[in-house]
Amino acid sequence: MDVNSYNIENIDIAWCPGCGNYPILDTLKQTLKELGIRPGELVMVSGIGQAAKTPQYMRTNVFNGLHGRALPPAVAIKAVNPKLTVIAQSGDGDMYGEGGNHFIHTIRRNPNITNIVNNNMVYGLTKGQASPSSQKGFKSSLHTVTAEPFNPLAVAISLDASFVARAFAGDKEQTKEILKKAITHKGYALIDIFQPCVTFNKQNTYKWFKDNTYYLDDSYEPTDRVEAFKKSIETEKFPLGVIYINSNKTIFDDNFNQKQVNIKEKLLQLKR
Amino acid sequence: MQKYISLKEAASIVISGEAGQGIDTVENFLTRIFQLAGFYTFSTKEYMSRIRGGCNSTEIRVSSSPVSAFINKIDFLIALTDKAIPHLKERISENTIIFSEKENFPITELSQEAGGKIYSNMISAGLILGLFSVEFNLMEKEIKKVFSEKTDEIINNNIKAAQSGYGLAQKYIKEKNLRIDISPNTDAKENILITGTQAVSMGCIAGGCNFISSYPMSPGTGVLTFLTKNSEELGIISEQAEDEIAAINMSIGAWYAGARAMVTTSGGGFALMTEGVSLAGMIESPIVIHLAQRPGPATGLPTRTEQGDLELALYSGHGEFPRIILAPGTPAESFELSHRAFNLADKYQVPVFILTDQYLLDSVYSTKPFEIDKTEVNKYVIKTSVNYKRYELTENGLSPRGIPGYGEGLVVVDSDEHDEEGRITEDMSVRKKMDKKRLKKLELIKQEVETPELTGDEKYKILVISWGSTKEIVKEAILNLDSDGIAQLHFKQVYPLPEKLNKYLAAAEKTIIIENNATSQFGKLIKIQTGIEVQDKILKYSGLPFSVEEVAEELKRICYGCKQL
Ligand SMILES: Cc1ncc(C[n+]2csc(CCOP(=O)(O)OP(=O)(O)O)c2C)c(N)n1
Ligand code: SF4
Ligand SMILES: [Mg+2]
Repeated sequence: MDVNSYNIENIDIAWCPGCGNYPILDTLKQTLKELGIRPGELVMVSGIGQAAKTPQYMRTNVFNGLHGRALPPAVAIKAVNPKLTVIAQSGDGDMYGEGGNHFIHTIRRNPNITNIVNNNMVYGLTKGQASPSSQKGFKSSLHTVTAEPFNPLAVAISLDASFVARAFAGDKEQTKEILKKAITHKGYALIDIFQPCVTFNKQNTYKWFKDNTYYLDDSYEPTDRVEAFKKSIETEKFPLGVIYINSNKTIFDDNFNQKQVNIKEKLLQLKR
Repeated sequence: MQKYISLKEAASIVISGEAGQGIDTVENFLTRIFQLAGFYTFSTKEYMSRIRGGCNSTEIRVSSSPVSAFINKIDFLIALTDKAIPHLKERISENTIIFSEKENFPITELSQEAGGKIYSNMISAGLILGLFSVEFNLMEKEIKKVFSEKTDEIINNNIKAAQSGYGLAQKYIKEKNLRIDISPNTDAKENILITGTQAVSMGCIAGGCNFISSYPMSPGTGVLTFLTKNSEELGIISEQAEDEIAAINMSIGAWYAGARAMVTTSGGGFALMTEGVSLAGMIESPIVIHLAQRPGPATGLPTRTEQGDLELALYSGHGEFPRIILAPGTPAESFELSHRAFNLADKYQVPVFILTDQYLLDSVYSTKPFEIDKTEVNKYVIKTSVNYKRYELTENGLSPRGIPGYGEGLVVVDSDEHDEEGRITEDMSVRKKMDKKRLKKLELIKQEVETPELTGDEKYKILVISWGSTKEIVKEAILNLDSDGIAQLHFKQVYPLPEKLNKYLAAAEKTIIIENNATSQFGKLIKIQTGIEVQDKILKYSGLPFSVEEVAEELKRICYGCKQL
């Protein structure tokens, strides 16, 4: 066994052939390898869903918790042991629906973690219901969507998130570059990855994502919040790349001054 | 005709006023000075869920021997508002001495003389200390200490205010021929004054708690406040979560990373945490939950007391997994059990509840200093080796718990059913083994259950069962009955229960249970475990604690005709 490898032998992967989760898994493993982060130094935290199974397919430390609840344990793990690299990864339903409140408040806290959202605009695991990011007019297994989609990037920028990016699972090279920036960024980093679901989302396919996205060019300056917000609400074609960075924020894990103390002694002098 | 009143052993003082009038300040001040003067005290409050107005009251018992329970009787009532007398009418008797603005206590005038309305608290405090003829010197010293950072003028005004109250009381005593002969006891000076909240918090700290994530909800908030106040000094990570769901998931994440974490909440907040309790059950994470009860359903009575969430704690979380529920009845037990909760959680990798209530948490007790030296932080985390398996199947069901970054191994936990390595599985034989392994831990836990405390006549015919915060109330009620053949069996752990419970019950001719709820939740649990239905139930669910008199009356009523009483 190679202790530096993220690969697990003989695993039974529960994803459909052709699912956009495969290239994301591959790209993530490749990114970590290139960044020189060892499996023992990483904790992958996830909720429940198809995307949330990703950590199960990696040889590393894993906290696969409850649906919608990846971020709270991730925040705590990083605060308790800042030496660990912590990545919280789940689907769009998990992060933006069930876990929407944690999404908002984790951005506000700004822990030094990476938040990957495999956004297939549908509930995969529960078979085709709409997700918060389903497009208007999407024919879900229940209703046709009439509500406006949740815009995670615009929400994140409005909350002055420390790092906001979008990628497309179909493009491993570019996704890797964006992931590298996200993981090495100091502070909370959101990377929303467009992920085709070949089984339950026949509308937002590989081709659709390719046709409806474009990469921000090198001249784009991600530190201007107003410009970034404008980018985040573009829907004609969705911009890909690092959309916003604010490196001047207090980092949650820096707030704490963990120390070994003589409890018995201290107990006698507590503030009541 | 002049009343001749003599109080020998103990007196009960009630101060009643609107929210915002500063009753708490008077309470703090008085209990401290009575303590310095060598009296045992106990004080407890009932208050409305509002910041201003309404009518609240605080009872302070002053005694020459230890007292730790709420009594109904009022010897002295300081009525700071017109509403106080109607509010307390059921507790006022012909022997109650009332001080009110209208009759005999010109507090507005006196506070103006002292320098303004803010001095009224000190006048009330002076009045009470004057009634008990506590050396004024003690009060003066305490004022100087408390206000040490204030100007001389403020200090002098406070002293003046206290003097005016004190003088009024001394005059009153002479006029009415009042005698209070409660003698101080030097032992009382060795005691500490402490609330249930402080005792639980200190216990958690003694248990090595270094992480708390919670969302404010009365009466659970106090523990969050206490730990946060001391977090810098103690290196505790404290976080106000966005909701209770986040709170418990954070704390479980914290244990995973190597911390000793807790949440504190009340019923409504805990209801939101229950999926997290189940997560802890599945991934075999330790977690300490301080569940501070108040009356429900829903928002219920936010500032009142009840023992209505035992079943919620017991059955919370879907699926089947072991847990431990501790229910302290005094500050000493709060300290000892909260400390123990962390060691038990770590040892057995299960949720451990500290089940308290508003009455216990808000009351101020005079108690012996805690046995800090006897506390220990027992840690069970192991350093992992390359082939570490988080859920290794072992003889007793306990798999050694590793944490990421400590050792060569990887730590994989999953809320799905998993195999020994923590990988998701749907293999039914693995599922059965894992479920069995988790449930097996209950057998180990049962081997170190807290034994219930039997007090009173060992050859009892009548057995009175209590749990949690009613402990001292029931004890004093039984003491007041002053009869043979009756004993109290008090439980500070309510789940799991000791095997020999049947023996205790079988030895009684009559069994009575006392609970601050409407459906006798603990009685039901006893029946499940022993098959024995407790014969009589004394239940109270108004939102107030039992009073000693009430319990004594009920016991007499039930036992009427019993030759033992
Ligand atoms: C509390 C709770 N509610 C509902 C579910 C069922 N459930 C599991 S995954 C999921 C939605 C999955 O959608 P998403 O997060 O987008 O992940 P995907 O499968 O699309 O990757 C739901 C509703 C659950 N496991 N827990
Ligand atoms: S259902 Fe969709 S998201 Fe899930 S594995 Fe299949 S293709 Fe992927
Ligand atoms: Mg999805």
